[in-house]
Amino acid sequence: MAKKHAVTFKLNGKEVDVVVPPRELLIHTLRERLQHTGPHIGCETSHCGACTVDLDGMSVKSCTVLTVQCNGAEVLTIEGFAAGGELSVLQEAFTEEHGLQCGYCTPGMITRAHRLLKENPDPSEEEIRYWMAGNLCRCTGYQNIVKAVQYAAKKLSAQAPA
Amino acid sequence: MIPREFEYHAPATLPDALALLAQLGDEAKLLAGGHSLLPMMKLRFAQPAHLIDLGKIGALKGIREDGGTLVIGAMTTENEIVWSKLLQQQCPLLVEGARQISDPQVRYKGTIGGDISHGDPGNDHPAMMLALSASFVLDGPDGKRVVPADGFFLGMYDTLMKPDEIMTEIRIPVPAAGTGYSYSKLKRKTGDFAAAAAAVLLRMKGGVVDDARIALTNVGPTPLRASKAEDALRGRKPDDDAIADAARLAMSICAPSADQRGDEEYKTAMAGEMTQRALRSALARAQQ
Repeated sequence: MAKKHAVTFKLNGKEVDVVVPPRELLIHTLRERLQHTGPHIGCETSHCGACTVDLDGMSVKSCTVLTVQCNGAEVLTIEGFAAGGELSVLQEAFTEEHGLQCGYCTPGMITRAHRLLKENPDPSEEEIRYWMAGNLCRCTGYQNIVKAVQYAAKKLSAQAPA
Repeated sequence: MIPREFEYHAPATLPDALALLAQLGDEAKLLAGGHSLLPMMKLRFAQPAHLIDLGKIGALKGIREDGGTLVIGAMTTENEIVWSKLLQQQCPLLVEGARQISDPQVRYKGTIGGDISHGDPGNDHPAMMLALSASFVLDGPDGKRVVPADGFFLGMYDTLMKPDEIMTEIRIPVPAAGTGYSYSKLKRKTGDFAAAAAAVLLRMKGGVVDDARIALTNVGPTPLRASKAEDALRGRKPDDDAIADAARLAMSICAPSADQRGDEEYKTAMAGEMTQRALRSALARAQQ
């Protein structure tokens, strides 16, 4: 047996401690040890983006990150978006614009869109399509996902202090 | 899918990483961004007993200019390249190429050093490195050596890098002002490797080609420098005939292997087409 590692990181603002073998992937730690089942397992080959989480300010596919690499990191998953029973702006946007059908890709989509809007608060449609290209949706044809990101961008910029 | 069991090491400095590598020998693999190695490990194509994670070594990151040379730390990520103001100004070819690598999430993790040292002919940086006359700094137990990109790639997953060495820097001479550039890549979908791609640098003088660099991705066991195509352009007016000749000469060195992206003939034809597109786009950007 390979030596296990104690790993401490912040998950949606709260510190968590896990002891994991090096081969354990972040998606499994989140879902199976920490009961955060929002990030989904789609392809397991770093193509589909369903497992996307925010790791130290980067959108990453948590099926292709080892949990041992995350010591000291800050991790944000879809569970960290709604506050006090209120949907976040991006969650509201995906609801209002019908940015989902089956919902399987949605946690990854919203988590990715969050980082995109942090980096580029006013993206063009082309920029949204280019920077969301790591998340696959098999239902919607992407049209309403793009609209949802545009809705969120507009609302967030209206909220931002001038 | 979960990789086979392995031991994990995260050295904080380059000397520590080199010492670990020397001690563990070929039982160990270096972990950079992990977006080639971890998928290979999940599929059991790679089963190292030890992983040495270079992610904690801050000195391996960063982009700077040093006396006409761009110096890029090997652990610099693709998105850091895409967003670099310095590279946008001084080496836009690299930015254009990095933008076409995989997808946003992969670009947050994937590194230029990993892309180059992996030796995968489907990776995009190697052809750009040939076009840019780059060189690579390899640190090993006996110190540093600097090797040119041209000659570094020996075969599929095979490079000049020795098992006890770590790639630490990529050095690129800043292309002369007014140099045209293009990385033209044909891929089936976001995230796919190229069916074929061409990296071009083009310098014009008095209406004729002063110098051209052409290198091809994924149409052979290594990236290919199309020297004969370059020679055919030098001193010539870059009209349709000249560009068609260059593309034909570039196609003549292609030796792709057939896969889901196409058969040999198709990929060779697409390498010609990418060469033409890259040359036209570079020409439009070159200062006449």
